[in-house]
Amino acid sequence: MNSSSGKTYMSTSNSSAGWKAGDAAADQFPVGLRVLVVDDDPTCLMILEKMLRTCLYEVTKCNRAETALSMLRENKSGFDVVISDVHMPDMDGFKLLEHIGLEMDLPVIMMSADDGKHVVMKGVTHGACDYLIKPVRIEALKNIWQHVVRKRKNEWKDFEQSGSVEEGDRQLKQSEEADYSSSANEGNWKSSKRRKDDEDETDDRDDTSSLKKPRVVWSVELHQQFVAAVNQLGIDKAVPKKILELMNVPGLTRENVASHLQKYRLYLRRLSGVSQHPSNLNNSFMSPQEATFGPLSSLNGLDLQTLAATGQLPAQSLVTLQAAGLGRPTGKSGIPMPLVDQRNIFSFENPKLRFGDGQQHVNNNKQMNLLHGIPTTMEPKQLAGLHHGAQSMGNMNMQVASHGSQSSQNNPLLMQMAQPQVRGQMLNDTSLGHPPRLLSPMGQPILSNGIAANVSTRNGIQENIRAPSYNPVSQTSSMLNFPMNHAAELPGNSFPLGSTPGISSLTPKVAFQEDVNSDIKGSVGFLPSYDIFNDLNQHKPQNWELQNVGMTLDASQHSNSLQGNLNHAQSVLVQQGFPSGQVNGQNRSATVVSKAMFSSGDSTGHVNVQNGNQHLNSLLVDSTVRIKSETPTILYPDDFGQEDLMSALLKQQDAIAPAEHEFDFDGYSLDNIPV
Amino acid sequence: MEVGQMQRRLVDYTKTLFMEGFLDAQFLQLQQLQDESNPDFVVEVVSLFFDDSEKLLNDLSMALDQPNVDFKKVDAHVHQLKGSSSSIGAQRVKNACIAFRNFCEEQNIDATLRCLQQVKHEYYLVKNKLETLLRLEQQIVAAGGSIPATEMGF
Repeated sequence: MNSSSGKTYMSTSNSSAGWKAGDAAADQFPVGLRVLVVDDDPTCLMILEKMLRTCLYEVTKCNRAETALSMLRENKSGFDVVISDVHMPDMDGFKLLEHIGLEMDLPVIMMSADDGKHVVMKGVTHGACDYLIKPVRIEALKNIWQHVVRKRKNEWKDFEQSGSVEEGDRQLKQSEEADYSSSANEGNWKSSKRRKDDEDETDDRDDTSSLKKPRVVWSVELHQQFVAAVNQLGIDKAVPKKILELMNVPGLTRENVASHLQKYRLYLRRLSGVSQHPSNLNNSFMSPQEATFGPLSSLNGLDLQTLAATGQLPAQSLVTLQAAGLGRPTGKSGIPMPLVDQRNIFSFENPKLRFGDGQQHVNNNKQMNLLHGIPTTMEPKQLAGLHHGAQSMGNMNMQVASHGSQSSQNNPLLMQMAQPQVRGQMLNDTSLGHPPRLLSPMGQPILSNGIAANVSTRNGIQENIRAPSYNPVSQTSSMLNFPMNHAAELPGNSFPLGSTPGISSLTPKVAFQEDVNSDIKGSVGFLPSYDIFNDLNQHKPQNWELQNVGMTLDASQHSNSLQGNLNHAQSVLVQQGFPSGQVNGQNRSATVVSKAMFSSGDSTGHVNVQNGNQHLNSLLVDSTVRIKSETPTILYPDDFGQEDLMSALLKQQDAIAPAEHEFDFDGYSLDNIPV
Repeated sequence: MEVGQMQRRLVDYTKTLFMEGFLDAQFLQLQQLQDESNPDFVVEVVSLFFDDSEKLLNDLSMALDQPNVDFKKVDAHVHQLKGSSSSIGAQRVKNACIAFRNFCEEQNIDATLRCLQQVKHEYYLVKNKLETLLRLEQQIVAAGGSIPATEMGF
């Protein structure tokens, strides 16, 4: 490994010329990123290698998981990112993923020709930072460096958040830079860490503050000590501080233990099956996500962390959520569910932002929340909620925000749905921002809702879920069925997901939302709602705007989460937007949505809502599918100030009152939603 | 045949393959990856694909020939073939694999046997086409010409 101070990613051996000078190296990032590719298919392996080389990465290929693992063990800091196939003869890709996560803590990207929801979900729960669908296109590989950066960034955050006051002087941020600039230091740090039998933690801290954030390598022995300590304390009582004391490893910090504990909990959840989702969802929701998905953590950072610490959402719930979101049209049969889900989803915070939003709203307006993410799916409930939405548009905003932008109430996080890297494409730091916000605030309120997230989640979740980040969502509502999935019918499905193949996995989610809506029939659901909306609509141009906004919001929300999914989101949004727009009564939601959109829209820019009422009209009329093609949505948010929207909506509401009845939302108030 | 003529032939032939669904956009990606530093990239990858696929098809035939068919194993092989054919851009082979997997799930012996035949058929077809295409390219290069880039206008 080059000892140059340069970046950690400098290749060990033939680093490119640029690596020599530390400064130069930094500028050239991600050139020279050290990638390890594992795939038993020689054709794919060769193609991937060529593609990665074309991206100017340093590639090492390997056709067996065992070989890869030993390579990694021998040279712990010799690689920056690992790309692995899921189906391999000698070892399951997920198992490899776990090992790497526990031992080396490198970002791992899974890939497969299999784009089934379950498999993708597994990737998420096992901690993959992204999931690519074969055939992999070079565009998908160009951005994998983001996972490396994100992980480092999150590690810092973990430290910060785990409450290491002492670490204050660590200046993680600085260390981050140090990271890039001092691979040598890192190496030193690590080794010094290991051999510090007599050093106490203080010394470590001092070292770390000057060094880049030291990354503890959890060797097998260390991990065993950790597990022993955890078992001794009892998994429920195992807090980092105590574990640290029990382990009594010099040089190990509480933060190290805390982050490792997070991962471990996630791992356990995964093992124990999804049974737990519902309970944990809200809380755990966030946490696992964070651990797993960089993006998530960044979103809520604090919130998630807390959540993670508290109890990691049962991976399962997340999974469920995600699965739901992914597009399992689970059978949302009743609308109430969607609503519920949404709420739950929102609670999860980020990616789920959608969900979170819903949640928040749910609290306020049962209906409102649902609208956000799922305007479409939420349908009846949402609509109803909207009516009830008296609560305040604010709530609506929240809900809308859940879509991603929940700007108003929920959290800016929501917008960040920073979807967990799941999709490199998606999450690329774009708009997803929304979701994250949702998580934090939402998390709390949502729990209360705990409604069958399925419903709501679907909407919001779908979008959000795209990324692994959705996990949180799933948690909140074990039920969450992830709105995402449900939307099976929604035209949105078509999410043209322009995104790269990788995203494809995500897209399905989006589609789900749409589907959900369809299921919901008569509810806001995308499809069915349209009918209703059409009837109701009085569409005034104004409404359209709002509606569009709403739609965009929805879309944006979705898109936010998925970022990569933007394409999807857009389509989704459009679809979703419709419901909201349509319903006069819904206007509220529309505004809310629109607001949400703004936030989300910004990030994702997705709201394909092609402005123009006509557009909406056509959209509404047609299946959401249309929307897909439109992906490059037009965000109205800019056009409409929230206040304007709100007032517009309110006005409409008055006018529309009767419309509401059409929807038969009577039972929809969140309270009524039969969860 | 002079170079220009050969090039035109190549372009037309390639277009037909795309039109008929033998190849898809992924193959274009491969072609784009080929450059001066790797002038034989496509040939190498395609050869690798052929070798690997034939091995897989053999394994599949054997697996389906057993008295007690292990569908999990069959599915794993098909999945693998699906992955590599999609990476190469052999669309029809990939689609045949997808159908194959569905029947594997149902554990339908007759249907899977038929699927195997179908996959084999598609494989040999595309193998033939690719060999022709690569041969054309070779001839052009041997005659001093350069390989025209495929334009996906359609």
